[in-house]
Parts: sequence; structure tokens; C-alpha cells
Amino acid sequence: MKAADWADGRLGIYGLAKSNLRKIFPDHWSFMLGEICLYSFIIIILTGVYLTLFFQPSMAETVYHGSYTPLNGIPMSEAYKSTLDISFDVRGGLLIRQIHHWAALVFIAGMFVHMFRVFFTGAFRKPREINWLFGFLLLVLGFFDGFLGYSLPDDLLSGTGVRFMEGAVLSTPVIGTYLVMFLYGGEFPGNDIIPRFFTIHVLLIPGIMLGLLAAHLILVFYHKHTQYAGPGRSEKNVVGMPLMPVYMAKAGGFFFLVFGVIAAISAIATINPIWQMGPYRPDQVSTGAQPDWYMGFAEGLIRAMPGWEIRFAGHTLVLGVFIPLALFGLILVVLALYPFVESWVTGDKREHHILDRPRNAPVRTAFGAAWITLYLVCMLGGGNDIVATHFHLSINDVTWFVRIAFFVLPVVVFIVVKRWCMGLQRKDKALALHGRESGNMVKLPHGEFTEAHIPLEPEQLYPLVSYDQQVPLKLPPAVDENGVKRKVSLNTKMRARMSAYYFGEKSQIPKPTVEEYKEIASGHGGHH
Amino acid sequence: MAVVVVLLFALAATGGLYAAFAPAKKAQADTSAQSLTVQEGKKLFAVGCASCHGMNGEGSSDGPSLIGVGAAAVDFQVGTGRMPLMQPGPQAPRKKVAYEPAQVKALSAFVASLGAGPAIPSASDYDPAKGDVAAGGELFRTNCAQCHNFVGEGGALTKGKTAPSLKGVSPKHIYEAMETGPQNMPSFGDGTMSDKNRRDVIAYVYSKQGHEASSPGGMTLGGLGPVTEGLFGWIFGLGALIVVAIWIAARTSKVRKS
Repeated sequence: MKAADWADGRLGIYGLAKSNLRKIFPDHWSFMLGEICLYSFIIIILTGVYLTLFFQPSMAETVYHGSYTPLNGIPMSEAYKSTLDISFDVRGGLLIRQIHHWAALVFIAGMFVHMFRVFFTGAFRKPREINWLFGFLLLVLGFFDGFLGYSLPDDLLSGTGVRFMEGAVLSTPVIGTYLVMFLYGGEFPGNDIIPRFFTIHVLLIPGIMLGLLAAHLILVFYHKHTQYAGPGRSEKNVVGMPLMPVYMAKAGGFFFLVFGVIAAISAIATINPIWQMGPYRPDQVSTGAQPDWYMGFAEGLIRAMPGWEIRFAGHTLVLGVFIPLALFGLILVVLALYPFVESWVTGDKREHHILDRPRNAPVRTAFGAAWITLYLVCMLGGGNDIVATHFHLSINDVTWFVRIAFFVLPVVVFIVVKRWCMGLQRKDKALALHGRESGNMVKLPHGEFTEAHIPLEPEQLYPLVSYDQQVPLKLPPAVDENGVKRKVSLNTKMRARMSAYYFGEKSQIPKPTVEEYKEIASGHGGHH
Repeated sequence: MAVVVVLLFALAATGGLYAAFAPAKKAQADTSAQSLTVQEGKKLFAVGCASCHGMNGEGSSDGPSLIGVGAAAVDFQVGTGRMPLMQPGPQAPRKKVAYEPAQVKALSAFVASLGAGPAIPSASDYDPAKGDVAAGGELFRTNCAQCHNFVGEGGALTKGKTAPSLKGVSPKHIYEAMETGPQNMPSFGDGTMSDKNRRDVIAYVYSKQGHEASSPGGMTLGGLGPVTEGLFGWIFGLGALIVVAIWIAARTSKVRKS
């Protein structure tokens, strides 16, 4: 007690505890996806610190005479040698390396799933747009930090990745060559790139990520957590359990479970066995050279792109690389900007703390599904050789499939998912009005058979009908009351169009009204 | 008259010289073991190979000429089941071997008799124990990995062709493949790679793909690199964690009714 008083006098912990310890969080498994990311990030930092104790970020050449005899007498960089030493001579080194790498894959996969939970439920709406951007930045920084980590051991695979990056940067019009010289400190590979990547990988990017993460979590506290619709839940409250003791216990336990699962797969399955790949030499390359999964879509863009090259005003433009590079940025940025596009379309300035069901926002849901499809198609392209050998296909056919699917599949998926959402809305409407099917067949006096429906309980009915349906934005009449043609800005016209698309009758089924419900419930609506 | 006499003498001399130097015995069947094997091979060839490669291995529109490919090429193609071809396709896949070892030998001997070519190597040429694994790894990464992957798991080539996995391929067949360059593979003959180099490469492949190969880090996930690692991470990493999350969320504290 004395110690607590002492600390309170200096840190004000009582006030903090009072306002935060009983903070309420709603309970749902999908709200724990972000936690998976947080915990795997912590695991990455902890294991990463251990690895830095032994890793030598140096490209100085040495000859290996260590305990892994199959590489005896092979010249290699200090970076590669120290990674071999970590794997074979440092106590627990290989396990820690594998935990570090597996946790990185899980971290980014977790961010993806977390992000799409937020996306499909509309949790990015006001007031959470900034937090969406923070999350997006964390994702992209995770990509790049993962890529840098993959590059550090200086094995044949990572060196191929660094070479790939050189090519991508070189393709930047006009300044590409200067950028490469600046980045690599001279011609590829030079002696600078590993030490530079190391500093960026362990200091710069993780530092920024920690800051963003803190901001992300503070905003979650500040905004309070969103919740799914249900009786007693409103835009003004949060229904759930208090942080202390329920979520302290749950979250603490979950951390250890995340650590346990990642440690278990790290003990079972090898990842990035650098001793198999050999040290990097610019004259060597292996087939099946792919980046880690999250960069797979960039690899796919490059692999699917025809090798176009044009000369323009005395410069060679390597479109075969530059277009994929530009698309890489574009595909990601679209995701970052989506909340702002949607709020522009809806013109909605209200705060939203109740989550949407994906089916009730068909255009958004279809857009998200189309984006994922595009991403997966590109990723498939990145693994075209593995797909070809393991499914006995021609790699050329796989590449052509990717080229066509890149344009066609997202559109198909968009249309299908939108219709699917509409179908589910219809189903909800029927369910709300008529109740669920009982399975009991009833024979009426005049001989007709019909199935009896059981009306839903109020708490089942509530989530089906409680959501908002927006009315499409209407343009004012073309002429005003004096017969003068009204000036409507292009912006407004575009908005009206988009709004009609988002909320018109082709994108939402009018939800059941109270009158409809009462009419059917009172038995006048007939049976179906 | 003199002309006639000279002509007669000349004819007599030619005939006499011919009679003196011409092979005395009549042409007669060679009954040595080698020759019998060739004949046996010729018969097998006529049944199993000649429809594409021609009765005397001269080739046709359906198959290349086998004159000069040597016994090593036949031993590889037939010994790994690639030949006889089951159906036309991008390339001949490895399959169940159709002939007994003695028959493979006979076919090899017949094709070798058509023209000089690389012979079947002797066991000491390809003994993995005699090679240097580290040097072989260096050679493998320089010459082989771009098609066969770092550790010989295989990879894709254009239009459905592949560089096959080297798992379970015998050292002799690896040697023969390097020497003869089957199908899409370039040949690493004596001019490119010395016998010692080939032994080193075989030692490397054997260390990675032989039955004594080990994986210090756990399951290799196919040895294919990040593609399978990503798949594994998603399914067994994130997948397991989501199951755990669902489990935790399902066990919530309830208001106790006392």
C-alpha cells in the first residue's frame, strides 16, 4: 500500500487506474485479431533482441570453418557466417531464429485479417479513420521490415531479393540509377547494403512501428471499442466485460497462447533454412526464389507483366518493372483511402460505434472481396513456378491465367459478392417478417400443405432490423424556382451518382417496416 | 596384241593379290558375349523403340537419332523409366522402369554399337562418398540450382517442361544426366565439368536428397522456400491462433445467479 501511495504521488496511477481499469470491452473472437498482431509483434521484438546479440551485420568476406561441415571452406560474408553460427552454435539460436521468422509471418497475416475485420464491419468509419491509417502504416511498415529481415542473412535467397529490389528501384524513371547508387553506396552489391538494412530493420522501422502501435492503442481506448448490434447496445454505450480483471486475465493468457503456438510451429517446422541456400553470390540464383508471402503479390506483378521497355526522350523506361512497381503502391494506397472515399459518398458525419454486418453494405463488402481477389491473383502469379510443378501445369498458362484474371476476376467477384449480400438481405427480411422455418408441415382444411413458421424472439429480431439504411443523395431540381438553371458542381454530381450506386435499389433491399411486420404478425398478410 | 597381254597380266595380278589378301574365312556370326548382348538389344529395340527412333536408331519425325548418344544416355533414359515414352508431351516424365536391368544393358549395348558415345560410368566415378560436399554445393548453386532449386527439389521450365526433383535419383543416373544432358538439360560433359567436379555435385545432391539427409530445423515443408512457408504460416500459425481466440471468447465470465 505504501509503495502504491509512493508511486501515485509521482505517477498519478490512482487516477489512471480509476478511469481505465474498469474500461469495458465487448466480447467477440474477431476483436482479438488485433491482439494476435500485438503479441506476435512483442515476440518478434524479444527474439530480435536476442538475435542482435550474435548477428554481425557486415559484408566483409570470410571463409567458413564452423560446425556445419557441408559449407566448410566456402567464402561468405560475416552476415551469413554469423547467421550460420546462430543456427548451429548459439544455444537456442535456431529456435529463436525460427520463432522470429514465423512470428513475422503470423504478425503480418494477423494484420491482414484484423484489417479486413475492421473493413467488412465498417469499423473504420468516423471517428476511427485516423486509426485505420495508423493500422495501414503498421501493415506497410511490417511488409518492409519483414523484407529487410529476409535480406539480412545474405544467403542466396535474400541476396536475390536485394537484387530484385535494385532492379525495381533502377526502373524508376530518370532518378532510378541515382537512387540505386545512393541506396547501395555504389554498384550492386557493394559493402554497405547489409549494415544499412540492419539499422533500418532493427532501429528505424521498429521505432516508428512502436510509436504507431502506441498511438493505435491509445486511440482504441479513447474511442472505446466498437460492438456488434444487439439488444441494449447503442452508439452511446459499450456492453462487455471490464478490463480488470476479466480482460487482464484473458489478454495475459492469450499472450502466452500466442507465444506457445508460435514456439510450437517453430519447433516443428523449419523456416528459411539458410544453410540449404548457401551464401549469396551475384552470379548464382535458384529457381523457386520467392519473397515471404506478404511480398508475394509484388513478385506476381513482376512475373505476370510483359517485359516492356521503351525509349523516351533519351531515357530507357523499363515499363516491365516500373508498372508493377507503381501498381504495388497503388493497390495498397487504395486500401488506405477507402474510408475517405466512402465517407465522401455517404456524406455521413455521425459517429459509428455499432458495427455493420457485411451484407448490409453490399458495395463495400464487394469492393473488399474484389481487393482480396486481386491480391490473391497476384500472389498466385508470384508462385507461378511452384503452382506449375505441383499441379502439373505449364508455367506459361499459369502466367496467362494471372494476366487475364488480374482484370477479370476482381470484377466477377465484385458482382457475385454484391448479389450474394443482396440475397442475404432478402433472407434476413423474410426471416424478420415470417420467422424461421419450423419443419412442421400443416395441412389446411382445403387441402393445401404449408410449412409453419416460428416468429423470431426479439433479441434475434433486433440485429436483423436495427441497422441504418441510407437514402441515396438526391440532386436538387435542375432549375430553381425562378426557372434559372442551377449550377451543380461536378463533385456533387459524382457524389450523387456514387450514392445512387451505393444505396440505390440495386444495392440494398428495403428493410422490413414496422407496418409490414405488424400486418404479417396479425395474420392478415396471408401465408407464404 | 601387246595391249591384250598387258591387260591379262594386270587382271591376273589384281586377282592374285585379292586372293592373297582377302579375308580367308567366310563372314561368320560373332558369338562373343558382347555381340550377343548387342543382338539381344537389337531385338528389344525393334519392339520397344524402333517405332519412333527407327529400326537402326536413325531417328524419325517422332524421335531423335540415337547414333552417337552412347550407352550412358540409354541407361539414363530407360533406367529411370523415361523411355519408352508413354505418350507425347512437353517432356518424358520419370515412371516405372519397363525393362529388367539386363535388358537395359542390352539396349545400351545396341545403341552404343551404332556410334561412339559416352559409356555407362563405373561405380567409382559417381561414388558420393568420394566427393567434396562443400565444393559440390558451390558447383550446384552455380550450374544446377537455377532449374533444380537450391537443394534439388526441382522447378518449372517453360510450357509444362520441368527440371525434375532429384529426390531418390541414383548417383549413377545423376552422373549420366550430367554427361549426356537428357531432354531440356544442358550436357555437362568432360569439356565443361571434370570427373571430380561431377563427383562433388553428386556428393552434394546426395547429402541433400539421399536417405541420410537431415533437417536441423524441423519439417522441411518441401524445401521449396517461402511459398510453402507462407501457406504453413497462414494455416497452422494464424489458423491455430484464430481457433484459440474463438475458444477464449467463448469462455467468458458470466453473471452468477446466487
